[in-house]
Amino acid sequence: MTLSKKATCNSHGQDSSYFLGWEEYEKNPYDQLHNPNGIIQMGLAENQLSFDLLESWLAANPDAASFKRDGQSIFRELALFQDYHGLPAFKNAMVKFMSEIRGNKVKFNPNKLVLTAGATSANETLIFCLANPGEAVLLPTPYYPGFDRDLKWRTGVEIVPIHCTSSNGFRITGPALEEAYQTAQKRNLKVKGVLVTNPSNPLGITLTRTELDLLVDFIDQKGIHLISDEIYSGTVFDSPSFVSIMEVLINRNYINTDVWDRVHIVYSLSKDLGLPGFRVGAIYSNDDMVVAAATKMSSFGLVSSQTQYLLSAMLSDDKFAPNYVVENQKRLKDRHAMLVRGLKAIGISCLKSNAGLFCWVDMRHLLTANTFQAEIDLWKKIVYEVGLNISPGSSCHCHEPGWFRVCFANMSEDTLNRAVQRMKAFVETARAGFSQNQTRSGSRRKAFTKWVFRLSFQDRDGRER
Amino acid sequence: MLTNQEQLLSKIASNDGHGENSAFFDGWKAYDSDPYHPTQNPNGVIQMGLAENQLSMDLVEEWVRNNPQASICTPKGASQFKDIAIYQDYHGLPEFRNAVARFMEKVRGNRVRFDPDRIVMSGGATGAQETLAFCLADPGEALLVPTPYYPGNDRDLTWRTGIELIPVVCDSSNDFKFTRDALETAFNKAQESNTKVKGLLLNNPSNPLGTVLDREALSMAINFINDKNIHLICDEIYSATVFDEPGFISIAEILQESPQTNPELIHIIYSLSKDLGFPGFRVGILYSYNDAVVSCARKMSSFGLVSTQTQLLLASMLSDEEFLEKFLAESAARLCARRSMLCQGLAQMGVGSLKGSAGLYCWMDLRRLLKAATFEAEMELWRVIVNDVRINVSPGASFHCSEPGWFRVCFANMDDETMRVALGRISKLVMQSNKNSESRKPCRRRSKLEISLSFRRLDEIMMSPHSPMTSPLVRART
Repeated sequence: MTLSKKATCNSHGQDSSYFLGWEEYEKNPYDQLHNPNGIIQMGLAENQLSFDLLESWLAANPDAASFKRDGQSIFRELALFQDYHGLPAFKNAMVKFMSEIRGNKVKFNPNKLVLTAGATSANETLIFCLANPGEAVLLPTPYYPGFDRDLKWRTGVEIVPIHCTSSNGFRITGPALEEAYQTAQKRNLKVKGVLVTNPSNPLGITLTRTELDLLVDFIDQKGIHLISDEIYSGTVFDSPSFVSIMEVLINRNYINTDVWDRVHIVYSLSKDLGLPGFRVGAIYSNDDMVVAAATKMSSFGLVSSQTQYLLSAMLSDDKFAPNYVVENQKRLKDRHAMLVRGLKAIGISCLKSNAGLFCWVDMRHLLTANTFQAEIDLWKKIVYEVGLNISPGSSCHCHEPGWFRVCFANMSEDTLNRAVQRMKAFVETARAGFSQNQTRSGSRRKAFTKWVFRLSFQDRDGRER
Repeated sequence: MLTNQEQLLSKIASNDGHGENSAFFDGWKAYDSDPYHPTQNPNGVIQMGLAENQLSMDLVEEWVRNNPQASICTPKGASQFKDIAIYQDYHGLPEFRNAVARFMEKVRGNRVRFDPDRIVMSGGATGAQETLAFCLADPGEALLVPTPYYPGNDRDLTWRTGIELIPVVCDSSNDFKFTRDALETAFNKAQESNTKVKGLLLNNPSNPLGTVLDREALSMAINFINDKNIHLICDEIYSATVFDEPGFISIAEILQESPQTNPELIHIIYSLSKDLGFPGFRVGILYSYNDAVVSCARKMSSFGLVSTQTQLLLASMLSDEEFLEKFLAESAARLCARRSMLCQGLAQMGVGSLKGSAGLYCWMDLRRLLKAATFEAEMELWRVIVNDVRINVSPGASFHCSEPGWFRVCFANMDDETMRVALGRISKLVMQSNKNSESRKPCRRRSKLEISLSFRRLDEIMMSPHSPMTSPLVRART
């Protein structure tokens, strides 16, 4: 009575620290009133800053949620609609919205858009379409931990990292691309494409034109695909503005070339609109065969027609969608500044970023050693002692220890302040302990080391990790 | 030889594993390009190839109208918006899982209990089937499936998973029931070709047969899988479409009665697309008695979660006991009436159908209309039905049926009037076929009396008060 290998292995990646931190939060979640000493969730890249705007739209447009069009019930039509081509009004609204986010510099054809159950499904589906089991995709590190599950688990495809480092702000370079490709060759893995997230998760930066040009040249030369996961494209709150890969291809006259057909975009409404529960993802491809295959595969995860209808009304509302994007970006900018400022005041710097729902925080100076073990030790202290669930860089496959992703858009200002205060207390205690050691005898140094040792292995519930 | 473009894509993307290049899609294409409409396109193709339950939508629509907060379109409902919009926990809203568990129990007459923590969401039953295949079998391994079976199984279970389906051949000699012999034959065939069998997939009630499995068959299946130590997947998506005796018996009930069975081998697939008529909402459910499968399937459900907007609506609807009682009874009654209309209408033309008590279709016997007992003849007849008679039905070959001449005809996706028109068209086909076979028969001396009597009898049948042809509405138009 055995199960499949997929069921018994751990390629779903859920044993990683990224998910374990979530579990700890679930057991002891912070609540301002009921559990002020609980763990504050800063490991969840959710956009909760602009719900009031969505709620007031909903209150003013009750028909959209109540299965009505112009006062007439369309319940039956929606309940029966299971066409994997999607509701035309919804796809039209989506491509319009995507275009607006790109400053209308790119126009999208709704017939090349495939709807999927979230970006999770979009990414997996694209890999199923582009690569065979045992083949590989290249991904710049650090990357979203969920990719290990989404791109590899059921597809049997490998990820080979393109290492990016703090020496140049984690930018993608030509040599890094080439090195990754060679590494794959040495492992006898056929590379089918590169997948980038732009804006980047976890870095929170938009790719520069230089990086985008490099990528286009690289996939042109190697004859491979490029997947651009642009699910954070609407969260760009500061300059430089977002440059889509499509824009670069158009500017460099790549329209209708082979390269044009090998570039695919993944999108979702989970981050830009803050609607992860509604499971709205999309694949956009210029290649008709990819669109055809992905459309058939979308049968395994279509978007509920009820949701398609609600959102088609919302996104096609010219008075709503563009204003939402602008206001939301403003609020993200303010919240981002608050976190950066707060951390700076306690001697912690962040990678300069202009997008996303998180900061890439530099805590290398707080490590006891320049190792990933020291990073995990520090992470455990922060989760269990400081009470903040943040994501360690190692869970994002970062090449250097000491970096952490800290989310800021899924909580109130008060909670964010509270989180910063906790970090402040932690840093000051650690600093005090360390500086005391400097002036006293070696026995004190031993005491400090013991304290650090004790902290790192002491879990709240006493279990070995 | 793969084109350059195809080589750039995966094998899965370039092959025919999705099944949509099959000739049977021509029927759909014929309908799509020329759909029947009573006034705007009365000569169009009538869609009888789509197993949808549209007969009781008015009841659901009424409920939705009377419960606006469930659709988050009232101030009260809107205040829930934020919480449901951000909720992406793959366990699903607790109230949704509880409501689904209770509903499944109700459909089974409360004879079994379902644990809401074993309920896993999926992108429709389509997603549930694929997920289960990913959990239970590795590429190259196999599942046994009794024929005839739902064509979508080929795509759902094998396309991206790389597993194989091995048919358990059933035939009309015993009303297409699977036998222990047939199961053993299929299993042994797999062994001989070095293919490891990981499980048996049953569809109960059956698509396309419209029949339910009796206690004997279910016990036999459970004994078989227990003996072989393989999984049993029961697709019960038509469980609430049972409108007559014999009633529905779920594998959950048999499991309860068989303490010697290893429960970790048993898995149920469910959906709200057929019983409630909501294919658009994409509500698929996987229920497993195996903890490891629940855990794995739940992680995989990330690839096809149910929209929380829909979870909320259904949590509310499926907890309304009064509504459900009324709906289930009324839906069954309407399905029963509609099926009778179809099957009796067919019987009056001398066309038989398999006796059944469930489903949204009947399994029609057109063997005597075939020019020869071959699948080529079946395909030829099917093209006549689609192109000349202008009805899209599904030929048995598309369901991997072992005998030519059987067709699945759906009845729950149209109104009474359209059904009458369809029956009228079928009767013309039958009459034409009778004429053809009469003229093909070797010339034998038949008394003139005999011939005139046989034609008169046909006229009497067509003009009888029970015949759909005598409907005043039909007469009024012609």
